[in-house]
Amino acid sequence: MSTYTGRREFLKRMAQGAGVATTGGLLWSFLLGQQRHARANMLRPPGALNEPDFAATCIKCGQCVQACPYGTLSLSPSGAEVPIGTPSFSPRDVPCYMCVDIPCMQACPTGALEHDLERIEDARMGVATIDHESCLSWQGLRCEICYRECPVRNDAITVENRPRRTSGHALFVPVVHASHCTGCGICEYVCPTEVAAIHVLPPELVQGKIGDHYLLSNDAEVDADGGPSASPAGDHDAVPGLEYLNEGER
Amino acid sequence: MASSVGSWARRNRYLLARRCVQLGVLLAFYGTLHWGWSVFGEPLLAGNLSGSTLLGTIPLADPFALLQILMTGHVPLLEIFVGAAIVLGVYGLVGGRSFCAWVCPVNIVTDAGEGLRQRLQVKSGFRLPRHIRYVVFGLSLLLSALLGVAAFEWVSPIGILHREVIYGIGFGLAMLVGILIFDATVLRHGWCGHLCPLGAFWAQVGRVAQVRVAFVEASCTECGDCLKVCPEPQVLNLKAAARAGMVRSGECTNCARCIAACPEGSLAFALRARIRSVPPIRPGAAAPP
Repeated sequence: MSTYTGRREFLKRMAQGAGVATTGGLLWSFLLGQQRHARANMLRPPGALNEPDFAATCIKCGQCVQACPYGTLSLSPSGAEVPIGTPSFSPRDVPCYMCVDIPCMQACPTGALEHDLERIEDARMGVATIDHESCLSWQGLRCEICYRECPVRNDAITVENRPRRTSGHALFVPVVHASHCTGCGICEYVCPTEVAAIHVLPPELVQGKIGDHYLLSNDAEVDADGGPSASPAGDHDAVPGLEYLNEGER
Repeated sequence: MASSVGSWARRNRYLLARRCVQLGVLLAFYGTLHWGWSVFGEPLLAGNLSGSTLLGTIPLADPFALLQILMTGHVPLLEIFVGAAIVLGVYGLVGGRSFCAWVCPVNIVTDAGEGLRQRLQVKSGFRLPRHIRYVVFGLSLLLSALLGVAAFEWVSPIGILHREVIYGIGFGLAMLVGILIFDATVLRHGWCGHLCPLGAFWAQVGRVAQVRVAFVEASCTECGDCLKVCPEPQVLNLKAAARAGMVRSGECTNCARCIAACPEGSLAFALRARIRSVPPIRPGAAAPP
């Protein structure tokens, strides 16, 4: 490098350096923003932290991929619709078979797959959603394959009786209960329609939230589902506005 | 004929050794995943260069990747700290940027780029200061903190090449072709010698590295053959090397090209502790006290 010839030259070089760093930094940030885009139905392995924390913590080593005995997981190559180098799975190709010892999670060295998941049934990789218009059961057939293959059937999927008018027999339709669905995707894998009528999607894409200020009836079912009536039940003081409404009663 | 092959192999013994180690590491990862290689029933080397487990028990991790994760404000599990410490310790012994010349798979690509450059007789026009890698290193940490993801790990050609060889090919190999063309036609030793922040990281570790290239000034004829083959010629300041008895700069990758090129045998690998104890010998000149 040439020698510095005075203050003017020094300042010029500093400005150039800062310019290069800023340009490079902005370009780099843009690339990172592009890389973070994921397809909406991307499913992470069991125990995965929420997406921003997962993206920060995953070191992209692929040890979860190697630990999976079924070849469910794959590391995303660059240019794919999943953030580069991170693990995910597509249940229509290979679902998660819910190993009881959760080897993928145990293999994670960084904790991007959190190690405090004790039972695989508590995993929430996704939630199954049913398209009524292509589901065979909803068309009146006794399919119910998703129900029978579900590893947590009768909890995550039940078959409900849906009477019709006298012209047809009752429908027996599968119903997903998000509170027990692990998102393993076996239902999507086994669904016999050309394009699966049952899809597993990330929970945040599917699930709403009632909000704590709604006080539902003290229905046992709602309680069991961990619904909002669980916490305020028996503690009416915690419900905003209630005290004011009941003032005359005391 | 046989003797010419033998002499070629002797001249290129370090190059051959480096390629063996580079491809051997890659093969160990690949074989463990695809062919189930194991020792005493434990998987040989599971993972990749970012993080792995040796023989099912010993964690290994890229300390620079860990540093970036920490910059995002996340504290990962203890296992990754242990792995990073082991790797840091190993390269602290064998020379920080030994990683670059002996393990990193991108080195094969950039060496090919240099080979192509020489074959095409490309004149070096574009120049960039070498210390720009420390700017890229700083940016890696800054962007990790600002954007909440390990900034270099998300664009690293090292990670891309390693992952896509082991776990399946994607679009990323285009980036490697890009680096090859960049090194061959735009900037000589462009990626490894100027830009790579992982190289910058290991260069800092290399300041305390134990395995160094020792220099014996007495037999040196200053022919300059070493400088012609060195990918980081700024480290071969022979006056400074004569004073220290070795190439001190952490930016030296311990690639041993200079050792193979030196017709006088003035350069050789040695341990730093040994080098210090060798008094400077120079016929006719008084040794300093």
